[in-house]
Amino acid sequence: MFDLTGKTALVTGATGGLGGAIARGFHAQGAHVVLTGTRAAALAALADALGGERVSQVVCDLADSVAVDGLVAAAEAAAGGPLDILVANAGVTRDGLLLRMKDDDWSTVMKVNLESYFRLSRAALRGMMKRRSGRIIGVTSVVGVTGNPGQTNYAASKAGMIGFSKALAQEVASRNITVNCVAPGFIESPMTDVLNEAQKAQILSTIPQGRLGSGGDIAAACVYLASDEGGYVTGQTLHVNGGMAMI
Amino acid sequence: MSDTLERVRKIVIEHLDADPAKVTEKASFIDDLGADSLDNVELVMAFEEEFDIEIPDDAAEHIQTVGDAVKFIGERLGA
Repeated sequence: MFDLTGKTALVTGATGGLGGAIARGFHAQGAHVVLTGTRAAALAALADALGGERVSQVVCDLADSVAVDGLVAAAEAAAGGPLDILVANAGVTRDGLLLRMKDDDWSTVMKVNLESYFRLSRAALRGMMKRRSGRIIGVTSVVGVTGNPGQTNYAASKAGMIGFSKALAQEVASRNITVNCVAPGFIESPMTDVLNEAQKAQILSTIPQGRLGSGGDIAAACVYLASDEGGYVTGQTLHVNGGMAMI
Repeated sequence: MSDTLERVRKIVIEHLDADPAKVTEKASFIDDLGADSLDNVELVMAFEEEFDIEIPDDAAEHIQTVGDAVKFIGERLGA
């Protein structure tokens, strides 16, 4: 089950904790993974950790529209074959209460999180349509559905990904292309490592399972949606959050 | 013009996996050749690529048959 041998997957934000875990998950299932991120050294380190086989790297800044438009072609050139799976995982936060939010905090988050999803999907679709198969997965967030104070920009971008995915899923369903989102809750990361005990206890009190999620939990959801077994699932958002929001 | 027709036919036959005998100038992509609206968009994009032209959405809406495509492309290339 969930075998991805022979498939090529592009994972954005692969240098982040979550993206790295997703790349490892796809690689473990047999896929050729194309890692993309802004830091070449971190991409190379991850490629090494994956053993160097079935792995390619493309440096790309998702805030650069021209580079984003060319990313799918660059990934296919690097992998030496067509792209079967797009995982739009990269995301940034520029948190702050709306009253004090700068224009740039809004536009950067929308550009990197949402606009890049549009651009990458559009580029990936052409080949997928011709081949009559493909998987597009957007890594969104529980806050895209529940909201979170201090994150109007981030929540809007993540909710936008969900609406985008539902619309696109309907457009391309007849071509055997699925479009879904995975919505992580609180996941262990360098960001949560720095929280103090009181902050951690407060967060855990909101999670019925009483623990943070791991990158592997998210990777498994992505692998499922990318697999042949997940082929009848489209336009959905799979929430992976230990029960913190049941929606 | 006949060269354009042949190039258009080739794209249509390939893309829609259509019987070449049915791909006449009068053939409608949707009514005669089994295309859906997504195929029409893909065909227009393929024409744009093949002939290195831009086909605006409002013009694309009126390209329903092989002949429509040949006429539009001919006008564009002639202009």
